[in-house]
Amino acid sequence: MTGIYGYLIAPFAEFEFMRRAFVGALALAIGAGPLGVMLMLRRMSLMGDAMAHAILPGAAIGFVVSGLSLFAMTAGGLIAGFVVALLAGIVARTTELKEDASLAAFFLVSLAVGVTIVSMRGTSIDLLHILFGNVLALDDQTLLLIAAITSLTLAVFALIYRPLVVECVDPGFLRSVSRAGAPAHIAFLALVVMNLVGGFHALGTLLAVGIMMVPAAVARFWTRDVTTMILVAVGCGIFSGYAGLLVSFHGGAPAGPAIILVAGVLYVGSVLFGRVGGLARRLIPRRHLEA
Amino acid sequence: MTVALRFHDLTLGYDRHPAVHHLDGAVEAGALVAVVGPNGAGKTTLLKGIVGLLSPLAGAIERGAVGPQDVAYLPQTLEIDRSFPITVYDLVALGLWRRTGLFGGIDRQQRDRVAAAIATVGLQGFEARIIGTLSGGQMQRALFARLLLQDARLILLDEPFASIDSQTVRDLLEIVARWHREQRTVVAVLHDLDLVRARIPQTLLLAREPVAWGATAEVLSAENLLRARRMCEAFDETAEVCAEDAA
Repeated sequence: MTGIYGYLIAPFAEFEFMRRAFVGALALAIGAGPLGVMLMLRRMSLMGDAMAHAILPGAAIGFVVSGLSLFAMTAGGLIAGFVVALLAGIVARTTELKEDASLAAFFLVSLAVGVTIVSMRGTSIDLLHILFGNVLALDDQTLLLIAAITSLTLAVFALIYRPLVVECVDPGFLRSVSRAGAPAHIAFLALVVMNLVGGFHALGTLLAVGIMMVPAAVARFWTRDVTTMILVAVGCGIFSGYAGLLVSFHGGAPAGPAIILVAGVLYVGSVLFGRVGGLARRLIPRRHLEA
Repeated sequence: MTVALRFHDLTLGYDRHPAVHHLDGAVEAGALVAVVGPNGAGKTTLLKGIVGLLSPLAGAIERGAVGPQDVAYLPQTLEIDRSFPITVYDLVALGLWRRTGLFGGIDRQQRDRVAAAIATVGLQGFEARIIGTLSGGQMQRALFARLLLQDARLILLDEPFASIDSQTVRDLLEIVARWHREQRTVVAVLHDLDLVRARIPQTLLLAREPVAWGATAEVLSAENLLRARRMCEAFDETAEVCAEDAA
């Protein structure tokens, strides 16, 4: 009994930094799960990755201006993310270029700017912090920020859920009955940027996308219903956070990557054994039905 | 007779090249009109113009008392993502959008209406199916159910019967006839001339410019059809500015 307790619960009971890390991961998973599922269904799975890169220069400028300051880096990241998302959207809607291509151009330029700033003004340790975050060093302010972002995400997501879904299924129909498509899309991108900025303090700019997209990909293998998919994604994200922190605690692995690696293991398991289109189901077909 | 749609010297097109050229005329409220013509005659363009997806290059479309919310449009090339996991029921229920809007729920009475619409198109038992599992004809039935719920005064159908079996066409035509009886205005782009002759009272024969417009039997004469085919000349990259406006 003490064995199980010692392995699974004691680290959190005994160490405050573990509790903080878990609360942070919990909040991130709850906010990012629904967004990840919607990104996946909108075939924008790589969009999160692009946005994460786009955030970097903003965070870097914030860092250059006032060091490792939560406020400066958050504000910088948000501004950079919004600017890139908006510019890409404007170029996509007013020129022949599609949104993915214009986004690619903007985020790559943005990334180059960010790396240049960090390299010229900071040390490599600072760069590592920005790229990979530190989930084991979340202070009160950061936790509050992440929790606030998650709360806002859930409220706004509920409001724009219907136009988002309908725009995925039948954009032509949505255009014919409502003008809400574009505003909902912009609000959705804003939520993605906010969650990535929140996640970047814990997991860094690059891994923040992981807690968003990997659970979504897992969820796709277990259900066809969008609501259930969101719940599965959130559950998977929470479990990854919990198990990842334990792996990190017992095995000494860095916490951020450990969380995403656990999600990765769940993903591989889902690809193999998932109820909806998993490989095992394909390789061992059951007999066909009568009707 | 009130007028549902009036075209004033309407020119619609893309990049200044006209696809519908100098169209004049009116669709009476409650009329059932077929739009017929060769490929590239501007039929889809005309519907897009009526819906408001395309602004006229010249002239105007007057929609009378019909507001944008009162138009239901079934496009030819569906932008529907068939891989999206949404059920037939939810897709059909979207037809209630005018009542539910972005946030409203659907009550018992509206549930009954959704069920009735699904029954009308013969899709009972398919409610919980994901749309990706439907055949082309079943999908078209579901979209007609959605049109039924939209309860619009003006219904625009762009080749609604393309690649659909004859039984489904018969069933869906029955719904079109019902709309006609309910005094709704229906404009449908169609290719099957026999079907148009048999079931649609009025026809607009279009070949970028209107060839003939009126009672179907008169419009679809061999002479008119031949003229339409000749008039649908190729897209001219170096076309001059249209002289008719200057004159």
